[in-house]
This record gives sequence, structure tokens and C-alpha cells, in this order.
Amino acid sequence: MSDYILEMKDITKDFPGVRALDKVNLKVRRGEIHCLVGENGSGKSTLMKILSGFYPHGDFEGEIIFEGKPQKFRSIHDSERVGIVTIYQELALIPELTVYENIFLGHEIKSGRLIDWNKTIAMAKQVLEKVKPDLDTSRKVKELGVGHQQIVEIAKALTKNVKLLILDEPTSSLNEGDSENLLKIIKDLKKQGITSILISHKLKEVVEVADSITILRDGKMVANLNKEDGFSENEIIKYMVGREIEDIYPKRKKREFGEKIFDLKNWKAYDKTLGRYVVKNANMYVKKGEIVGVAGLMGAGRTELALSLFGNPKNYAVEGEMYFDGKKFRFKHPGEAIKAGLAYLSEDRKGTGLILDFDVKTNITITGLRQLVRGFFINENEEIVLAEQFKDSLKIKTPSIEQKVLNLSGGNQQKVSIAKWLFVKPKLLILDEPTRGIDVGAKYEIYTLMNKLVEEDGMSIIMVSSELPEILGMSDRIYVVSGGRISGELSREEATQEKIMTMAVDY
Amino acid sequence: MNFIQELGVLLKKNIREYGMYIALAFIMIIFTILTKGLFLSARNISNLFNQMGYIAVLAVGMTLVIVIRHIDLSVGSVAGFLGAIAAALLRNNFPLIPTILIIAGLGILIGLGNGFLIANVGLPAFVATLAGMMIFRGALLVFTQGTGTIIIMNDTFNAIGNGYIPDIPNNTNYHLLTIIIGLVAVAFYIMSDVRTRNNKLKYNFEVLSMRMFVLKEIFISAIIFYIFWTLASYNGISWTFAITLIITLIYHLLTTRTALGRHIYAVGGNPDAAQLSGIDVKKITLFVFGSMGLLTAISGILYTSRLQSATPDAGNLFELDSIAAAYVGGVSAAGGVGKVINSLIGALVMASLINGMNLVGVGISLQYIIRGAVLIAAVVFDIKTRSSAK
Repeated sequence: MSDYILEMKDITKDFPGVRALDKVNLKVRRGEIHCLVGENGSGKSTLMKILSGFYPHGDFEGEIIFEGKPQKFRSIHDSERVGIVTIYQELALIPELTVYENIFLGHEIKSGRLIDWNKTIAMAKQVLEKVKPDLDTSRKVKELGVGHQQIVEIAKALTKNVKLLILDEPTSSLNEGDSENLLKIIKDLKKQGITSILISHKLKEVVEVADSITILRDGKMVANLNKEDGFSENEIIKYMVGREIEDIYPKRKKREFGEKIFDLKNWKAYDKTLGRYVVKNANMYVKKGEIVGVAGLMGAGRTELALSLFGNPKNYAVEGEMYFDGKKFRFKHPGEAIKAGLAYLSEDRKGTGLILDFDVKTNITITGLRQLVRGFFINENEEIVLAEQFKDSLKIKTPSIEQKVLNLSGGNQQKVSIAKWLFVKPKLLILDEPTRGIDVGAKYEIYTLMNKLVEEDGMSIIMVSSELPEILGMSDRIYVVSGGRISGELSREEATQEKIMTMAVDY
Repeated sequence: MNFIQELGVLLKKNIREYGMYIALAFIMIIFTILTKGLFLSARNISNLFNQMGYIAVLAVGMTLVIVIRHIDLSVGSVAGFLGAIAAALLRNNFPLIPTILIIAGLGILIGLGNGFLIANVGLPAFVATLAGMMIFRGALLVFTQGTGTIIIMNDTFNAIGNGYIPDIPNNTNYHLLTIIIGLVAVAFYIMSDVRTRNNKLKYNFEVLSMRMFVLKEIFISAIIFYIFWTLASYNGISWTFAITLIITLIYHLLTTRTALGRHIYAVGGNPDAAQLSGIDVKKITLFVFGSMGLLTAISGILYTSRLQSATPDAGNLFELDSIAAAYVGGVSAAGGVGKVINSLIGALVMASLINGMNLVGVGISLQYIIRGAVLIAAVVFDIKTRSSAK
């Protein structure tokens, strides 16, 4: 019973300012399905990137022993050579190529210097026999659904003589039928002697397929469970969230809320490029002066929900009714939403939040530049005075408001992102991951600011967050999103990490 | 810090900004030596500005197009086509002002058409405007098929590309109005610089030291005044030069001081962030291509008027000349970076090269090779100084 195909010993990995993994041990027995679970940011992906050689040997501390031999992978190529293949959430297939071309991409079958297409097609069919015999190998990958694309990825792995298959949330974007099908394939592969590591948020399927489970929390391994001892979802959730809420949330007054300022009824959003609903029948409301938390796992549809409200920049097909400040709205563009009194802080401040080449001042005023126009021109004196005020009130640490935001730290960039929305004085502020990737000090300042905004300025806030302690520490009321729908609503008093997690994994 | 050190630090810090001016000075000095002073003669300087007008106007518009990460390859053919329409209208005794307005309107329409295909239909700008380049080249050929070159007899129209602004009566050999305009330009420049500096001081921003500031003002004022003085000793300011300067000034103010200008750079810097900040990216794209169309019409008028006729090959390669001028002026294809004034200087650099090489008698084949090499050198310099600035 102690035949381990893989042992990772005392793995420690530091990123600037954060310890992502702290002496993590992972042992995988030959021929089992090993599930790796943990909250967002618990270190699962980092651990797998170390195993696959994405973070090369020397970039971390600890030891990797594969099939009894210590390994020093310097690249993904090295790990694939010994038989470790990873299938990522974002599939690495070329949409315009056919199934068989994709399966042998990078290790083409040649006769002489040219590709032997007949042999390629025959071999592709042979490999697919093992996983999905009826898949037409001559179709282009883009014509397949996500479920079949996953299967093509697995077939590709099989041609590389895989011994250990790592699947990073393979079912997160699949429907029920496709998920079951995929899990069945993984079980079949197990019978053929292939070991799998499965990363998943869906605890139901974890309990169903796993032979053993390793649970990570905050970069540490907190539990290792075996099938013989029995699994339960509740037990797993307890391990996943088992930390005490640290006292990093500012004290606040007992709050009274006003009227409903925002009300959403039977709201749906259909993504035309993905070809599926990203928001399914959402009903929610926000009262004046309230902070409403929106919890859920990554990919649950929280950001999609927020964007569909805020002028729908991704052009989803939207159905349902939205009432805001007493009026019915269906915004065509973020500009209209801003004019009506809505603001949205992007989850990705560098990608879609800030204009990195602009300075602090111009980033803050870009949301409402017309307020500063006198005659034809922008009144630059007023602009400077305003930007200085935000710099002082939000304690933005920058040598000057004429500094490019590119050169600021993450926390200060985030403050600039918030300032640009406070500038337009919104009635409802949607904050998407407001404290992602910033240090504790800046977090505390942002929390304090949020309390001030609802208490003194009568603003309302929707806070989307992956961090459960933050949701619990800041929200007056909580919605949990799962698989594109709102799977539950909790008051501040009744909410616990366990309850939220149970709703979040409820598909 | 002594004076020389301070000057050194200043140059090093702003090498990117000043690099092009240094290059321009270098080119001018070389050609002045090679032509024994002919290059800097009043007549040649006046000529140089007239030669660069129709490209400079395009380069100004192209700057905005490249800033929002697009390109417009159609401007050469469209300029030629619109010039031919103008010639045809004038030949049929259509009055001048309506003709110009019609041409400007057509230019805007064509530009908006490009913008629509790019922003609303989603064609890549390269493809949409490449198609425009072919279509309008063909249209120009069809239009001039029966007549060949269309000669323009309207003297007022021909003065746009060849004439000079009138003078106030005086008994000197100089063009007095030009000198007065030069003095006003210098005064305006100094006043606006002093105002900016005082403002910055008020908010404790970094400014040049007083002696550096004074030196800079004197230096640049001298250059501005020298240009106008030289022109005054010949025929004065040409209409082409006046139009080029006014357009550049308008676009300079538009890009640096209006909300629309800020929005254009925001879209270029990060389209997603701009959209989420409430900026209508489609509208901005339409505006930029519409403005390009208007400037293309003006360029077509300048060129046709200069030749006093519309020819089947008018506007050939204008698009590439103006794109080259913008790149020499430091526009970045990555978007969000580029100043219209620098593109004007870029156009002047390229025009000086052509003018100088013609004076020296360099063959046309070698001219192309040298211009290509200068383009590469300018962009390499830009990339190198940009990465070292970070």
C-alpha cells in the first residue's frame, strides 16, 4: 500500500511578500485518483506548477520524487518526458486545427522529414478508442463543445505516454452530462493504470471519484484523507475554511438601512461567444447604506453578473428587469450606467481597471472628465486640486499626482482605481475583488473607507469577493453565486464560512 | 550643480523628447554644408514648408489613428480622388467655397465609412483601409479616364498651394505681416510656458531651474523667430504653411486640453479600461477616422492646388509617407503614445531629407533607401530610449 508514484516533500515557495506554499507534502499512490482541494489562493495551482516544471527546480525549496527517483524539472518539457502531463483549465488546443492535428501537435508522426498523415489519423483513432470511440477525428476543435475538447486534451496526453495525469478543474465549465462523462473516463484510465491528480471545487464529484484527498489552506497542507476512512463533504469544508477570522476588519456602528436602491428581477445573461448562460435567473436587491457581499468560487459567474449590470460591455444577451434608484434601466454602455449613478471597480486593475501609462491624476478623472470642462478645455487647475484631495483622503502614496500609475505599488494602484469611481459620486458602488493582491495595511484602509462611504455618504456597496473572511467581515447581507445562479442568501448573523462554502459548491 | 552638469542631466532625462529635434538640426546642418548654404536659404525654406504641407496634415490625423491602435492606408488614394473631384467641379465653374465645403464633407463621409467598418462591423483597420486604397485609386482612374490630367484655371484655388498671405503696406524689403505674426507667436509661446511653469510651482511639481528655463525660452524663441524672419525676407508665409500650422495648433489643443483628446489617448492606452470608465470606444473610433477623412480632403486640396491640376497618380504613397512621418515623430504602434506636434516635426524631418537630397543631386533610388534607413533609426532610437526610461 506504500507504492507511491509521486512524493513531493516539504515544498516551500515564496512570491514577493507572500509565502504561497509552506512545507507542503503530497503523496500520490500508484494507480489512484488523488484529489487536491482548497479555497481560491490556497496554493493548489502553485503546487501543480512546481510539479510540472513551470516553476523550475531551484525556484522553490523541497524535493520531488517521481517513480522512486528524485527529479529536477527545469521546464514543462522535462516533466512531460517522464510522463507527467497537465491539462489546464484554459485548454491548450488550436481551435482551427482538426482533432488529429491537435492530438499530435508538437510530437508529429513523421516518415522521413514529412508528416505521415495517414498514420497520424490511424493513431489518433487508436488513442481515442480508449476514451471516446465515436469522436470524429477530422473535425476542427472549434466545432466541438468544451466537454469534447477536454477529451481531445486527454487523448493528447495519452499519446505522450502519460503515467501521471494532472487535471486542473476540468469540470468547472462543463454541464452535468459532460462532467459525468469526463469523470467516467478518468476512472477508466485508472483501470488502465494511469494515476490522476484532480483539482476540483465540486466536492460532490471529489467525494465520488477520489481514492484520497489532500486539502490545502493558506499554502499549508491541512489534511490528507483516505477512502478507507470515508469522506464527507462537511468534513472537507471544515478543513478548507478552518481558519479563525483574523481581526483585520474595522469596527463599525450598528447600521440602519434605507429603501431598496437596487432591485434585480429574473436577470439572465447569455454569452454569445461561449454559447451559454453566464448568469441564470438572478434575483437580488441592495438597500441604501448596505454592503452586500457576493461570494462564490472562481468561474461561478460573479464578475459576469457585475458586468451585465454595469452597461454590459461584453454584449451579453440580457433578459430580466433592473430597477435602480426608482427607475427601470437597461444600460447599453458603461457610460450610461455611470451617468445613472453606478460604478464598477474592475477585478483586474492592471488589465481592465487602470490606464497604466497615464498618471495618477488623469486616471482618477477619466471617469467624469466632462465635469471639469470649462468652455472647450479641461480646467487643469481644478483637476489638480481634485486629484490632490483624493491623494490625501485615500492616503495614496506617490511622489506626485503626475506619477504614472505603472510605478505605484499594488495597494496604491487599487486606491487610485477606487478614487476614480469616488470622483463620479456613485449611489451604488460595485467592488469586484477590492483587496486582491494587496497587503494587509492597504486592505484595512480600504475596509475603513468602505464603512465610511456607507455610513457617512449614504452610498450602497456590492462587494464581490473570493475571500470568505472578507465577505463575512464586511457584508451586511450575503449572496452566494454558484454555476451562474444565486444559490443562497444569508444575513450577517447567520452566515458562516461553512454555510457559504456549502452553497458555493452546490451545483 | 553647475550649469554644464545641469544641462547634461536635462538632456539625458529628456533625450527622447529632444532626440528628434537634434536629428532635425543634424540633417539641416549637413545639407547646409553640402549645398554651401543653399539649403537654409529663404527661398528653399519657404519651398520646404510648401512641400511638406500635404504630408504634414495627413501625419497629424494619422497620429490619432495610430494612437488608437489602428492604421489608415486609404488616405493617399482618397486625397487624389477628392482632388480630382475638386478640379472637375472648378472646371465646370462651380464656385470655390462650396467646392471646398463639398470636398471636406466627402472626406468626412469617407472617413466615417472607414470608421464604421472598423468600429461597428469589426473589420481590421488594415483590411478596411487597404480596400479603400484600392477602391479610390480605381475611382480616381475612372474619373480622369476621359480627360487625363484636369487643369485648374481658378487662381484663388491655385493660390492655396502656391500663394502667400497678403502684406500690410510698407516700404521695406521684408514681409511685415510675417514678422508681426512671428513676434506674436514668440510672445504666445513664452506666455503659455510661463503660465504652465507658475502653475506647476503653485502645486510644488518639478520644474526647470530658472536659468535653464530662461535659456530654453531664449533658444526656442530664437528658432521660431528665425523661421519667420527668413520667410519674411522671401515672400512671407505661404497659405500652405499657414494652414498646416493652424491645423497642427487646433489638433495640439484638441489632444492635450480637451476631454475628447484625453478619451482618445485613454482608448489607445487601454481600450478595456477606457470602456469600463464609460468611454464609448466606437464613437471615439468613428471620430478619429472622420477627422482623418477631413484632413485627407484638406491634403488633397493642398496637393491639387500646388500642381494646379488633378492627375491620375495624385496621392500615390501619401499614406506611407504620412505613417513614416508619424513614426519618426515618436508615435507608438502599441497605442496611447504620440504627439501631433512631434508628427509635424517628423514630417519636416522626412521633407528635409527629400529636399536636401534633391539639392545635392542624390538619385531617387538611393533616396528611398536613405529614407527607409532613417525611419528604422528613428524607431529604434524611440524603442531604446523608452525602455531605458522605465
